Amino acid sequence: MTTDTPLFALRNVSKVFPGVKALDDVQLELYSGQVTALVGENGAGKSTLVKTMTGIYQPEAGDIWFNGEVVSFPNPEAARQMGITAIHQETVLFDELSVAENIFVGSYPTKGWLKSIDWSTMNERARAILAEIEAPLSPTAPLKGLSIGQKHMVAIARALSVKARVVILDEPTAALSHHEIQELYEIIERLKANGTAILFITHKFDEIFAVADRYTVFRDGRYIGAGSIKEVTEPELVEMMVARSVKDTYPKVEAELGDTVFSVKSLSHPTEFDDISFDVRRGEILGLYGLVGAGRTEIMKAIIGLSPKASGQVFLDGQPIDIRSPAEAIHHGIVYVPEERQQQGVMLDLPIYQNISLPQLHRTSKAGFLRPSREYELTQDYAKRLNVKTSNWSEVVNNLSGGNQQKVVIAKWLATDPKVIILDEPTKGIDIGSKAAVHQFMSELVQQGLAVIMVSSELPEVMGMADRIIVMHEGLITQTLLRSEASAEGIVSAATGGQS
Amino acid sequence: MKFAMRIVEQRELLLATVILFMLVVIASINPGFVHPENLASVFNDTSILIILALGQMLVILTRCIDLSVAANVALTGMVVALINSVFPGVPIPLLLVLSLILGAGLGAINGAFVWLLSVPAIVVTLGTMSIYRGVIFLLSGGEWVNAHQMSPEFLALPRQVFLGLPVLSWIALVVMVAVYLLSRFRPFGRELYASGGNPHAAFYTGINVGLTQFKAFVISGALAGLCGYLWVSRYAVAYVEVANGFELQVVAACVIGGISIMGGVGSVGGVILGALFLGIINNSLSVVGVSQFWQLAISGSVILIAVIANSRSERRADRIILRKAIAADALQPNPGTAASR
Amino acid sequence: MEQTMNQATTPNQLGASWKGIAFRWETFLLAVFAFVFVMFAMASPYFLSVWNLSDATFNFTERALIALPMAMLIICREIDLSVASTMALASVAMGMIAELGAGVPAVVVIGLFVGLLCGLFNGFIVTTFGIPSIVVTIGTMSLFRGITNGLMGNEVLNSYPAGFSYFGQGYVHWVFSFQFVLFLGAALLFYVLLHHTNFGRRTYAIGANPVAAEYSGIRVNRHKMILFAAVGLMAGLASVLLTSRLGSTRPAIAFGWELSIVTMVVLGGVNILGGSGSIIGVVIAAFLMGIVTFGLGLLNVPGVVMTIIIGAMLITVISLPIIAQRLKAMRSKRL
Repeated sequence: MTTDTPLFALRNVSKVFPGVKALDDVQLELYSGQVTALVGENGAGKSTLVKTMTGIYQPEAGDIWFNGEVVSFPNPEAARQMGITAIHQETVLFDELSVAENIFVGSYPTKGWLKSIDWSTMNERARAILAEIEAPLSPTAPLKGLSIGQKHMVAIARALSVKARVVILDEPTAALSHHEIQELYEIIERLKANGTAILFITHKFDEIFAVADRYTVFRDGRYIGAGSIKEVTEPELVEMMVARSVKDTYPKVEAELGDTVFSVKSLSHPTEFDDISFDVRRGEILGLYGLVGAGRTEIMKAIIGLSPKASGQVFLDGQPIDIRSPAEAIHHGIVYVPEERQQQGVMLDLPIYQNISLPQLHRTSKAGFLRPSREYELTQDYAKRLNVKTSNWSEVVNNLSGGNQQKVVIAKWLATDPKVIILDEPTKGIDIGSKAAVHQFMSELVQQGLAVIMVSSELPEVMGMADRIIVMHEGLITQTLLRSEASAEGIVSAATGGQS
Repeated sequence: MKFAMRIVEQRELLLATVILFMLVVIASINPGFVHPENLASVFNDTSILIILALGQMLVILTRCIDLSVAANVALTGMVVALINSVFPGVPIPLLLVLSLILGAGLGAINGAFVWLLSVPAIVVTLGTMSIYRGVIFLLSGGEWVNAHQMSPEFLALPRQVFLGLPVLSWIALVVMVAVYLLSRFRPFGRELYASGGNPHAAFYTGINVGLTQFKAFVISGALAGLCGYLWVSRYAVAYVEVANGFELQVVAACVIGGISIMGGVGSVGGVILGALFLGIINNSLSVVGVSQFWQLAISGSVILIAVIANSRSERRADRIILRKAIAADALQPNPGTAASR
Repeated sequence: MEQTMNQATTPNQLGASWKGIAFRWETFLLAVFAFVFVMFAMASPYFLSVWNLSDATFNFTERALIALPMAMLIICREIDLSVASTMALASVAMGMIAELGAGVPAVVVIGLFVGLLCGLFNGFIVTTFGIPSIVVTIGTMSLFRGITNGLMGNEVLNSYPAGFSYFGQGYVHWVFSFQFVLFLGAALLFYVLLHHTNFGRRTYAIGANPVAAEYSGIRVNRHKMILFAAVGLMAGLASVLLTSRLGSTRPAIAFGWELSIVTMVVLGGVNILGGSGSIIGVVIAAFLMGIVTFGLGLLNVPGVVMTIIIGAMLITVISLPIIAQRLKAMRSKRL
């Protein structure tokens, strides 16, 4: 079924940025009709690799081999012309253009000596490609009306429009529903049958073992190893990834449960969630599990007053409270550490101490005037507790690693001295060392009597850390379990709409 | 497909309705205004605004803005007027070509700063706006070039009637068609939309966003240069303050026509209607008995009303997660999944 | 701990080392100012007279008063292009109430009040509908100037009460005009506000990341509203000074000033895209622009040439750091 020479290969490729060697003498081989999974932690160099393969970056050293020849990609279009396309994490499509245009933008079918755009041919060809992947989309529909899953279909159709020889799928399932993931797997099978070489980048091991034929592991910008997926186990892959044996142990501490401090009664929203009720006790970690898009973040936004259309009631220490903005939520002692660290969590260009003092300036200041020394003390207290690694509290946050940025974000909201802390995907996209630190810290928090609500789509994390688990599916609570009752199968089934 | 097209065209439809309604009101006060001859003269009066607004549209589509168009008009106009007054023998077609080239050059200066140095367009064009004005003063020494200094041929061209319409109107019509064809059937035209709609994605698809912006500025500049000649010859005078503040009318025509200042959204039809809307207001004030001095206030309020209306229609809907909400949504015709022809 | 505390910095400066200070934009501006000052002093014998220099301040104090809150607004990722039109509208209101025989206090109050109203109107539209302020204020720029035109036609309003002229023409002490002293006071006020208060810190935070600012409990819309109101109020104040100095109101009063005010702010080192800038920079930029205008006037350079110079300055000061950055990136690439 396969040939011995790879269709596409990187040999001894290096890519340097000021101060960082993003790719250091790496190797990669992709074979026709096979799926190669690229495995590595964040910062391993995966996204740099994708950009080097697609002509966005040019490597400083090493060769790119395609079809047995050394090639170079001076720009993205050159790589595309050769049949190398990437479907990126964030959809890089055009909301204002039609489906067909999104498929052909950059290489429109033209006609006549003026080479004007041939709309009818374009729509016809788009229709044919969409039919091929069985995507029920109209070529003339504007893209902005489509769901994320449908947009992925368009991105795949775009990849197929230029007889793709190499397709890079960069965490394609991150925003897809269970059903859409299955459809994606089918498309991958079809691509394989056509002899396309596929590079599949993902964080999810179950997906690797479900679709990949081969694997390649990167760590810190270096090539670690590669081989057939049949000859490797998950623990072995993890060990190659992190260079040490990691057991799935969570620093879970059973804290003493106190009174109910926070409860939500029939919180509803016209389109996002319905009849959500739960409560949290002091010393408790409440896990909120569900797939991406189940409405978890939307509920949290409603709680902190960012969703004016929501109805229902919220109680703090048994008293009904009315929260209309994050400022009021913080005032009541309810803080939300948002999911998107860089967009919603930190000011990347401001120093660490200014980030941490921001939500409680009224406490560090005197009559509205800043007192930097107080801000420094506050930063000392909290950033040290979270073990933020930096030489200087005046360092801008942008210069920190992702894990340390996340610690700053948590420290920032923790410093407000809350009663309830909501952590939305607290370990998303951070390295394993920082993950452990965040988990350790959550245990400390509940021991101090805080109530923690942890929103997560990582099942081991939820099962490892939460005292109680609420499972959500399509905007509804489908199951509430104690830690002792939880089983992985049961939770996944409840989260995907199956019977529990 | 029909449904999707209707959504795209809705703004134009709305605007056309408003214009019709306005004409009916004006006609009820003064029926003479809607006489075809008068309407043709209103169109002729609005021609320059239409040409400039179409150029501006191309720039705004790429997330930029060109505030120097009016200064470009004035500078180019002054240059051709001076040439004509000193060398009356220079043929008019040559002057026309010269005004196009000069205007394109002035646009290229704007575009180069945006493209090569990534300076925000608003800053560049605020700067060149005053530089171009200043240069007019240096060239003319602050003097006016009056009608008697211009050759009869220079003054006659826009006024000549051809098939019942003045040449000025014909030029506007040609530009309208050309910009429509460009925006719809040239890959470059579509790249304008792509560059402004999602610059990041445009780069990934091999579009040089900066170069696209540069080209948009050059075209906008060339059209402004053309208008420089048209303006000076039509009003038979050139001086430093020609078209002072006109850039706001031009931007207003775009905004009223539904061009999103955030780039990537808009159509030729909308811009033409937006310009006509302003043209009718400007021409009808005296007819309905409102002082000309209120003209600016009216266009100001129209800009505000238009952007507020645009922002409401562009507002993003909530995510639809609940199954019952999906079901309710499915009852409405959904453009995304309708695989009909 | 002591060591880290000593490194406490005000926003947007990287440490207080001599290197840090030497490479700051404000230092560069100050050097340019000194250079220009010396050049003019050598070129014109009239330049170094205290009274002439005092006259020179009239060239920029009115604009600079607006530039102070404008700097904060731009740091906060918004802009107000309607300030000159706001001034015109405030001036008309003052002129009309003066025609009715109002006294000095009433005239001043109405000027400030109209300015404040215009600012609030801008802020209301921007925050309620979430429209980019550049579009909104291009609209209100036409609207406010248009109302001025509509109210005045071809008239000139000049029946201002006796004593009103003090604001634009009076001197507090010796060569120090009322305007100049007022500007110094306002500069100090805005310096403290931006660099030493919670309000100022929140301004930077919104400019750095408006979404994260909202999540951090900052009432972003209210904050912007206050800044728009401040810009409007200061435009009203500038209108009082200018109207008093000219002694009359015409529809074209302060026409085109928004350009030189934005130039002043950007020249002062405020990032047009928001997030960074300082009041000291804006103040130096104001002095620099004032002295250039005045010096060229002494050398009989026509006023229109000034607009060329201002326009060129605006583009140059924004391009220079970008070019420097490119060169630096190219150098580090080669290493």
